[in-house]
Amino acid sequence: MAEIDLALLQPVLAELGPQGRTALLPALHAAQELYGYIPEPVAAAVGQALRMPLADVYGVIDFYALFYREPVAKTVIHVCGDPACSMAGADGVMKVMAQQVERHRIQGQIQDTIKVERAPCLGLCEHAPALLIQGAPVPKADTQSWEDLVSGKAQRPYSVVGGDINLLTFNCGKGRITNLDGYRKSGGYDSLRKALALSPDAIVAEVKAAGLVGRGGAAFPTGVKWEAVAASNEPVKHVVCNADEAEPGTFKDRVVIEDDPHRVLEGLIICAFAVGAHKGYLYIRGEYNLQYLILKAAIAEARQAGFLGTNILGSSFDFDIELRRGAGAYICGEETALFESIEGKRGFPRVKPPFPTTHGLFGKPTVINNVETLINIPLILKVGSAAYRHLGTQKSPGPKLFCVSGDVVRPGLYEVPFGVTFRHLMDDLAGGMRPGHKFQAALFGGAAGAFAVEKDLDVRLSFEDLRAAGLPLGSGVITVFDETRSMQDILLRLGHFFADESCGKCYPCQMGTQRQYEILQRIAENRALPGDKDRLLDVGWTMTDASLCGLGQTAASAVMSAIRLWPELFEARQTTPEGGPA
Amino acid sequence: MTDSINLTIDGNPVHVAPGMTILKAAASAGIEIPTICYHDYCTANALCRLCVVEVEGARTLVPSCVAKVSEGMQVSTHTERVKRARRTILEMLATTVDLSEAPDIQAYMREYGAQDERFPEAEQRFSPVLDDNPMYIRDYSKCVLCWRCVQVCAEDAQYTHAINFTGRGFETQIGTFFDKPLPETTCVFCGQCVAVCPTNALKPKRQWLLEQGHSPDEIMSLTRTERRRRMRREAAAEQPATGGKS
Repeated sequence: MAEIDLALLQPVLAELGPQGRTALLPALHAAQELYGYIPEPVAAAVGQALRMPLADVYGVIDFYALFYREPVAKTVIHVCGDPACSMAGADGVMKVMAQQVERHRIQGQIQDTIKVERAPCLGLCEHAPALLIQGAPVPKADTQSWEDLVSGKAQRPYSVVGGDINLLTFNCGKGRITNLDGYRKSGGYDSLRKALALSPDAIVAEVKAAGLVGRGGAAFPTGVKWEAVAASNEPVKHVVCNADEAEPGTFKDRVVIEDDPHRVLEGLIICAFAVGAHKGYLYIRGEYNLQYLILKAAIAEARQAGFLGTNILGSSFDFDIELRRGAGAYICGEETALFESIEGKRGFPRVKPPFPTTHGLFGKPTVINNVETLINIPLILKVGSAAYRHLGTQKSPGPKLFCVSGDVVRPGLYEVPFGVTFRHLMDDLAGGMRPGHKFQAALFGGAAGAFAVEKDLDVRLSFEDLRAAGLPLGSGVITVFDETRSMQDILLRLGHFFADESCGKCYPCQMGTQRQYEILQRIAENRALPGDKDRLLDVGWTMTDASLCGLGQTAASAVMSAIRLWPELFEARQTTPEGGPA
Repeated sequence: MTDSINLTIDGNPVHVAPGMTILKAAASAGIEIPTICYHDYCTANALCRLCVVEVEGARTLVPSCVAKVSEGMQVSTHTERVKRARRTILEMLATTVDLSEAPDIQAYMREYGAQDERFPEAEQRFSPVLDDNPMYIRDYSKCVLCWRCVQVCAEDAQYTHAINFTGRGFETQIGTFFDKPLPETTCVFCGQCVAVCPTNALKPKRQWLLEQGHSPDEIMSLTRTERRRRMRREAAAEQPATGGKS
């Protein structure tokens, strides 16, 4: 192994060192780009420069799936293994890729320079089966040749966007990135100008009046959150955009960032002005490298044009955004785990209370909003809360983005007013089931969701209607399954996802996700034991009722919903463990 | 400012000081709530969730070690919901970790009717005994991840920061920087981690050697050699510096 040249790292450490521990993830990303992985002396140098304990540096490296502490291949290929991609043949792609690597290695054409890894949902569900090749997204991998894939000639995917309205997605789905000029031509940053002429209180009041609730899955009233932070006397406050989109089946934030990044920035700037923050963070998941680069360019453009920085648009308001990358951890989408990650720690969720509005990032009052929540802000200011409320239903006002994937003719991102039926979304917008196939079920809300069946087809997509039907809206994810799909296989993949992504902090989730996965394996292999259904229910209830954060509390949600719908799938198929069928 | 909070625990009226946790309030009323990770002198992190209780109006169960009392709160510490969670947590723990030297947890298992083989074909967290220093051994097969050792090694006591976590989820373990032996870390062998370990995953080396069947004399000579070797190493390391001073 070549000697590690620490001199390469010095410029990075000189720049990041003074920031201390919060710069840990940026420093590790930079180090990994230089060395291909994070060798021990490099990790030690990073720890010394940031003045933090080495055991903690190691703990962080080992927590995030995208940091490697041992040399890895020059090219890492991530193949998605979650439902939408697996149904489109991702397992086969993975197998073929591995065979090709082996064949080319034997022929001496490559020498351990390619590594194929199974990955959690990559947020490319409308392009299933999807891959990342060294961070670059590749769509429909089953239709591309091996040579194109590894030579980097594979085409980059462009988003598929449709719907009844395009208030949020006006600039999306056009096969291009909307730059600053394009965004301004479509009325972009006019709402910011309007906001700066208003009092912060008036903006908060307008957001409250609009009835906007968070689009990340928890549906907390956005205006109430803002009001709490705005009212705080703390001199330092923060605003954070949560772009750590990783719920299997979700890709809406990716599409918005990819096609119209400035809309996200405008929402975040208005939020900061309304609550009195001068520093904002935008945290994007590690797998979204392309989108990270798009945002980086957009932030630079906005700064150049005076939408960020000091005296924004001639006002007395100063604000800037720091862009942060995750490193492969679904749990960091949980708001307090995301703060920990920005602070340079393992992504462990915090005990709540205290809540982020009083003790958030760096212990300061913090507003944290999802990407989709924030892009509603310019719209609310543009049309006013009254007109905004005309969209959707009375209890669920406004537009909503739905990520539809799986066995439909046109998987994609669809913008609709709240209140349209599931049938309309699936049949009229997404093209219905693929020819010759029938609807079996749909997973609402991703891995943390629940199954809808035939009787739910006419349910209206609003918070109140779905609650009444016992279905979660979540972040607007719908994965559709036709009659050929094995629900046991889908559940196994969801079980694998949670066992992989549990942070390990609280006991119910740390062990429950593993036990759940083991039982789901038996069920998928048609060798369920007597009592397995009860075991799943006990583990499920315990995780739901006693876990520390939302991940654990929803890790059994889909399984429990499947037990209610299809109890026969969980019946015993053998009488004793490892004894074969009885 | 009220100087007393009124609540009920299992139907009994309780009056306690504001800011007190439900766990302490219950103890003051003679009601015992089981805990594993909680320790009076360590930061409570609500990890084991054995201390969960039902609070009227709360969506989920509430960890009593960190949740504070509030006026009019109605707490139930032993409902069916609570018992189901405690029993299942204990059953999962028994199939994950070697609890043979954790009598308190075994007593809880009996109390809650938890079966130690509830989960067949369950993966155990197995790890070989780490014997890398003359003071104590680390047997992480017995580790329940209560975090106490990591905390006393850091801000809860010693500020040594020799250990932290490795892996994540079910694979989480306690470890050092790149899994180095303890003598190569910042560990000062203060022994606080050994003192707070609830399951004997951390154990004084002499005790461990005694249990292995070594006689006290053997142990004396074994550890003496190690001590001498270490003293020689340190002396050798200090020599140039001392030489420079004189």
